Order: sequence, then C-alpha cells, then structure tokens
Amino acid sequence: MSILIDKNTKVLCQGLGKAGTFHAIQCREYGTQVVGGVVPGKGGTTKEGFPIFNTVAEAVAKTGANATMIFVPPSGAADAIMEAADAGIQVIVAITEGIPVLDMSRAKRFLATKPNIRLIGPNCPGLITPGQCKIGIMPGYIHKPGTIGVISRSGTLTYEAVWQLTNLGLGQSTCVGIGGDPIIGTNQIDVLKMFQDDAGTEAILMMGEIGGTAEEEAAAYIQKYVTKPVAAFIAGQTAPPGKRMGHAGAIISGGMGSAQDKMVALRKAGILVAESPADLGVTLQEALKRKKS
Amino acid sequence: MKIHEYQAKDLLAAEGAKIPAGIIANSPEEAVKAFDHLGGNPVVLKAQVHAGGRGKGRFKDSGKDFGGVKFITKREDIIPIAEVMFKFPLVTLQTGPEGQKVSKILVQSAADISREIYLGMVLDRSEGMPIMMACADGGVDIEEVAHKNPEKLLKMAVSPETGLLPYQARKLAFALGFTPEQVPQAEAIMMALSKVFLAQDASLAEINPLVVTPTGEVLALDAKITFDDNALFRHLHIEHLRDLSEENPSEVRAAKSGLSFVQMSGNIGCLVNGAGLAMSTMDIIKYHGGEPANFLDVGGGANKDQVTEAFRILLSDPNVKAVLVNIFGGIMKCDTIANAILAAYKEVGFHVPLVVRLEGTNVAEGKKILQESGLKIIAAEGLTDAAKKVVAAAK
Repeated sequence: MSILIDKNTKVLCQGLGKAGTFHAIQCREYGTQVVGGVVPGKGGTTKEGFPIFNTVAEAVAKTGANATMIFVPPSGAADAIMEAADAGIQVIVAITEGIPVLDMSRAKRFLATKPNIRLIGPNCPGLITPGQCKIGIMPGYIHKPGTIGVISRSGTLTYEAVWQLTNLGLGQSTCVGIGGDPIIGTNQIDVLKMFQDDAGTEAILMMGEIGGTAEEEAAAYIQKYVTKPVAAFIAGQTAPPGKRMGHAGAIISGGMGSAQDKMVALRKAGILVAESPADLGVTLQEALKRKKS
Repeated sequence: MKIHEYQAKDLLAAEGAKIPAGIIANSPEEAVKAFDHLGGNPVVLKAQVHAGGRGKGRFKDSGKDFGGVKFITKREDIIPIAEVMFKFPLVTLQTGPEGQKVSKILVQSAADISREIYLGMVLDRSEGMPIMMACADGGVDIEEVAHKNPEKLLKMAVSPETGLLPYQARKLAFALGFTPEQVPQAEAIMMALSKVFLAQDASLAEINPLVVTPTGEVLALDAKITFDDNALFRHLHIEHLRDLSEENPSEVRAAKSGLSFVQMSGNIGCLVNGAGLAMSTMDIIKYHGGEPANFLDVGGGANKDQVTEAFRILLSDPNVKAVLVNIFGGIMKCDTIANAILAAYKEVGFHVPLVVRLEGTNVAEGKKILQESGLKIIAAEGLTDAAKKVVAAAK
C-alpha cells in the first residue's frame, strides 16, 4: 500500500528541456509509466521515445494520464499547474524552483475551484512509492519498499533521511517532498492525514525546517488525529533571523518560524524530535519501539 | 530584495498615497539646500539604510547621542548633524556591530502628529494569500503586538486577483477609529499599499507609522517594502532600485554564480548540496561544538566552476579555519563532484583543512578519486564523523 501514486499511475512530463528530459528518462527507468510529454508547438513529435502533445488536455485524452511532473521554467510554471488541473490531472507534481509567490497564490486559488486535485510542491524533489512509481528527481536506488511514510520540505535532506532508514532496514511506503516555497499545494497535515489512513504505513518521519508555522500546526494535528508513531527533525537550528536559507520559504520573520519554536511544539505533542540530522533513522526506530512497548 | 524608505514612498505616492514633502540629499550641503527648499520649516533628517531600528541606533565611534532619525528646527544644525550621519556607520539592532554606511539622507518636512497607526501587507502562508494588517497603536514593534496582544492586530485577506476592495479598506479604516473625514484619506493609502504590493510582487510592505496630523491630514510617515526575488525578472525598474552597498559582498558574489550563500560568524566554512541539508550541516556542526561560518547551497547540479567559486568565497573569509564539504549525491554523481573538488582545491590553493563527506550515487568511485589524489583531504564517513572531524580541525 502507499499514498497518492502506485504502479498504475500514468505520468506526463510538462516541459522537456534538459532537466525535464533527463528526469523523465530516469523515472521511466525506475519503472514509472511515463506516457508522454507536453511541449506547446511540438505536438505530434516524439522525444527519447516519449510522444509529445501540444496541450495537457490532448495528452490526457490520448494517454489516460492521471499524474504530471512539471519542469516548466518559473515564469510559466504556475500556468502549467493550472493547465494540468483544468485537464483533470489528479496528482500534479511541480518540481520547478523560483516561481513568484503571487503566481502560486493565484494558482492555488484556481485549484481550489477544481475537485480532487492534489498539487505537490512547487520547489520540491517530487514523490516516490518505492518499487512502484517515482515522480521526481530523487535517486531511486536509495529507497526500499516498506512501511515508513516520509514527509519533507527539502530535497537532499530527504535523501539523507531515506538513506538512513534504508540502512536500518526500514523501507518506505511513500516519500513526499512537499516543497520549500512559502505557498505549496500540499502541506504536512494533508500528507499526515493520508499516511494515517493508509494501511500500508506503519510510522511517519517528518522533516521540517525554519519558516512559517506549518510544523506547529502539524504538531497540533498529530496530537489530535495521528495514532501512528511519528518522529521529526527541524533543519535550521543555527539559522539567523531575517535571512532566507536557500529555500524561498526558509526564513525566520516577524518573530515566527524558528526551529526552536517548532521543536518545542512537536515535543509538546509527544513527538520524538531528532537533535542531530545524523539521527533521523534511529529516532524513527525509537518511535516505533516506544509504540510497541 | 529590499529598497530604501524614500524609494518605497515614491512607489506608494505614485499610486495615490499621501506622503510628507521630502528631498533626498547626498551631502550635508544638499541637506541644507533641501531644508531651504522645504521652506525653512522644521525637518527630520532620516538616514537611508535598509535596516530597521534607525531611530534608536547610534553612529559608531561618533561620540554623538543621536540615531538615524533626527528632528531639526535650525538651519545651522543641519551641517554638523548630516556630517556625522554621512561619516560614521549607523549601528542598529539589525545592522550588526559593524554598522551600515549612509550614503543618502531623506530631508523630510516634520509633521505634527496626533495619532500613529500601523499598516502593513504581507503574505499569509497558511492561507496562501496576502493579508493587510493594521493596528490602532502605530510606531510600535508589530512583532511584539502580534505576540502579546494578537487581538489588537486587525487582519483583512486580500484577493490576489482583485486586490484590496474599497469596502475592505473602509471597514479597516472605521475599525481603526478614523473619523468620517479621515476615512477616505486612509482608504486611499490602503488602496495604494495593496496596488504596489500586488503589481510589483512585494513580499512585505509596511507603513509604520501612518499618522494623523492635528489638522486631520492622514500621511504615510515611514515606509518599507521587500520584494519577492523570484519575481524580479518581470520588474526591471524595481531591480534598478537595488543598493548593493546594503548587501553582504560575499552573498552578492555567490548569487552571481547561482550559489545560495548566507554569511555567519563562525569559523567552519560549509559547502553543501541542497538547502535543507545545508541548514542541517550547520546544525550538526553546532551540535558537536563548532560554529558555522556560512550557509552555502551549491544546488542540484553544481559544476567545477561553481565549486571553485564557492571555495574562493569560503576561503576569502579570514575567520574560516576549516571547511566541510557535505554532498549527498543524488542526480549529482559523487565521482563528478569529487573531480570538481579536486580541480577546485588545486586551483584555489587551500590553506585550511578540508573535510569531505560524500554519500549517494557512485560514492565508491568518488571516494577513490579523493583518496588517490594524494591531496591532504580528510575523508569522513557519515554526518557525525564529518562534523566531529571538521570541528577538531578548526581548533
């Protein structure tokens, strides 16, 4: 079992530049059903074996795609997201980094008018159900099928976490990179709810970072609704206020968003929080043990 | 990206916000001319720096007991005050101990104030849309109000499609206790704030304080706007307002090479791929008793040129006593990055210990390349080992 995507998911790639093409091939090699690409003006051609369509609607009609990954450059990425939603794509994964935040604000409001649409990202590594389907830029081989659900705002830190889990023999049900931007389609609570409802997920590892109050809100949600063991980590304990730490959303501002506040909130909710990023896997292991004893 | 107060006011005034008369001076002499031009009436000299807390700041080593905002009534006082402002760096709570050099002073007609109000617009991340915020007590530290008296902070969600609507502005204005005569003036300023915020892709815009004069005039007395860096590509006129002297030179240099860099005050330089891992690397250095000198994310596809430039930036910081490279190779293969590290290492001429931790795709090949290079690179296994080794090396 898994959430959002599995071996039956049919994936499009919007934007087949250098990065998009490279990752579309990588996903296909992992075993994902990548059924085509969308490049306006190149419809009817093929690239690296992918049939190309002018519009998402046409691609959906011809291939039955129900997911998409977006590599369109920042200036057109919000439009690409809305096009996918309008064509009825259910899982939209926006990898693009650098989308203007007001574009995302408008896109998110547009998505709210469409039922049953799930946007992951933007500015995210994507998501993977190990052994079944990879939609994103993460290295496939570090993952292992299993029962740990992973949620993260970051890319390489997720790889670090997954690698630690895999080395401990703890496989993953689904790993979701929700993205490092201030406005994202799917937040921690959305994913927590899905993992809680997923029979194939036994425990949850959540990696947060400075900026905003999403982790505090997630902590309150977990306390109330999540019965599965949860371990967490917050990146940016040493980050100075007022400085953007790489991710557009990773900034302590207005006296909000510090790692300390988030760690306190998570611990208050009874969640095990790793002090060191070297202990992501073992902290999850500890959370599992506590649950069993 | 931040801009100066006078630039922010110009943008707001262009959309119909009323601001006090003011003239920019680049020298003490120009400040006197500005005073004369404004009619010889009392003025406020306002040092133009991006940092907040100007009024309570002090000019470093000047021996003078005034900050970056000074009320002046006499013409002959302008030269000595302005000279100090231009000569000594202004130190505020937000500048750091070295302070910020002032190159422009806003000479502004002094306004009599009978009321101060806070007005701001910001992105509400949870709601995913902008909100206008207001507080009947202006000139205050709004962060403190938000923490201690959140009920005093009025909030109004603003649709990014329509902008603030006039009825929303009126609603806020009446709630803030403006008189019926003042409400249209306040409304005009709120509408201007919303227009600038949405049309120019701001991430924060504040008028603090918005004031009412004894004659009932409503004015934007101070203004601050920060823009969304990701949207600057479509606002070249905003990009032109950039003042590089306000930014950390290393951060500016890093940005040119597509590196994300933030200067810190410790002695361990860090080079990492990915923002989350880069923050975590700083955290684990601190966890093991060290102090990071910087945050540096080389991104997903760092090449030799970027790594070389990153090393140069790290090594140009005299505080740096050791460097930690932490790479989780995903798409970026470890052997590629190992070769880039070697090439950069040779080109830059390392004078401090270098600790390298590689993990991920092609890690065995990457480690072998470093090992066989014969260079004095300290290899680390895992995050903890890497942090311990670099902390020891920096001592």
